[in-house]
Amino acid sequence: MKVRILGTRGSLPSTNPQTHRYGGNTACIEVTNDDQLFILDAGTGVLKIEDETTTFQNRYDILLTHLHIDHIQGLGFFKPLFNPKNEVHIWGPASSSRSLQNRLNRYLSPPLFPVHFRELPCEKVLHEISRSSFSIANLQVEAEYINHPGPTVGYRITNGESVFTYLPDHEPFLGNRGWNLGKRWISGMGLAYKADILIHDSQYTSTEYPTKIGWGHSSIEQAIRFASEAEAKKLLLFHHDPNHTDEQLEYIYQSYAGFKSDELEVELAIEGSVFNLR
Amino acid sequence: MRAYEIELILSRQLAECLSIPVFLTDTGGTLLFYNEPAEEILGRRYEETGEMPVEEWSIIFKPLDDSGSPMDPEDLPLVQTLNNCLPAHGSFWIESLKGENHKISVTSFPIMGRGNRFLGATAIFWKIK
Repeated sequence: MKVRILGTRGSLPSTNPQTHRYGGNTACIEVTNDDQLFILDAGTGVLKIEDETTTFQNRYDILLTHLHIDHIQGLGFFKPLFNPKNEVHIWGPASSSRSLQNRLNRYLSPPLFPVHFRELPCEKVLHEISRSSFSIANLQVEAEYINHPGPTVGYRITNGESVFTYLPDHEPFLGNRGWNLGKRWISGMGLAYKADILIHDSQYTSTEYPTKIGWGHSSIEQAIRFASEAEAKKLLLFHHDPNHTDEQLEYIYQSYAGFKSDELEVELAIEGSVFNLR
Repeated sequence: MRAYEIELILSRQLAECLSIPVFLTDTGGTLLFYNEPAEEILGRRYEETGEMPVEEWSIIFKPLDDSGSPMDPEDLPLVQTLNNCLPAHGSFWIESLKGENHKISVTSFPIMGRGNRFLGATAIFWKIK
């Protein structure tokens, strides 16, 4: 299983010379395993994925964590959607009242977008998920609702040997007095438990977080504490704030050196980086 | 390891923030949590009881009618909610683990998560005598 990071930024694309190193594209991850490809979120990073139908047998799977704009902004520019030979499966969290198609239509229609979702020439298959387990080729996927405003799921993906967990927008600390409740009472913990690689929200510094409580994001300190509690092996700090430059991110990262442990490797997620799992 | 559903996690977190007694169960009636104000009425800290099946807590926290007779668990609002997924309300006496009798009023409601999934029930209650 190969994990390629195509977009690391949260909230708003911020591609400029000051964000060049860690990247300015919004959330998108490519996962490949043998001849299977799927994509986690369709932020602006999704533009880097080409239509390689011969490699991937005309099937693409996009797993959306939620429908905030930074996670679907690139969807209308996803090249395989414009090839009638392709079958594109879009997986996303069920809402209490509106269908996934209805919610996607709100973005993929005028006046926000010139082309209606229904007019895209590929074959489109929508899947509404909640607390779900399903297989895509030989990968097993688990999804659960996690703590973030609006219907939002996280994903745990395994090929039987390695575990990759993706929680890009997540505020497990909200209203949580501490970590002594037991792991089962922490949002997202079942998905992240003993993951080989955990991508987790870390948008804010500890100084910024108190003014943004309930916005659905975590501080870097909280992300490290969550990953430690989950006994993850590697944490990739993700969903970089659009206001944080490369220089600031590195300064912030260094200031959290004391929170790290020997059991947990912590890195800032870098756009373009690739991780190979067994 | 599976975490509880997010709706249950948030219900517990809300309960911990409230000054009104709250009692939380899963769909089978197993006690998952009660908050500090509930501890005062029930007579024991949650940390001492932990999770508990309905058959156990409905006897330990002795519900009594106005004549002082033990109530059938099926008559408890929370158990009714668990049985029919509808809100329920009632008043009765409860004998706490400290041996104190309190008349309480209880309102219970089902926790219906996204996709209309039944995930458990919450009871809020307060002393009326």
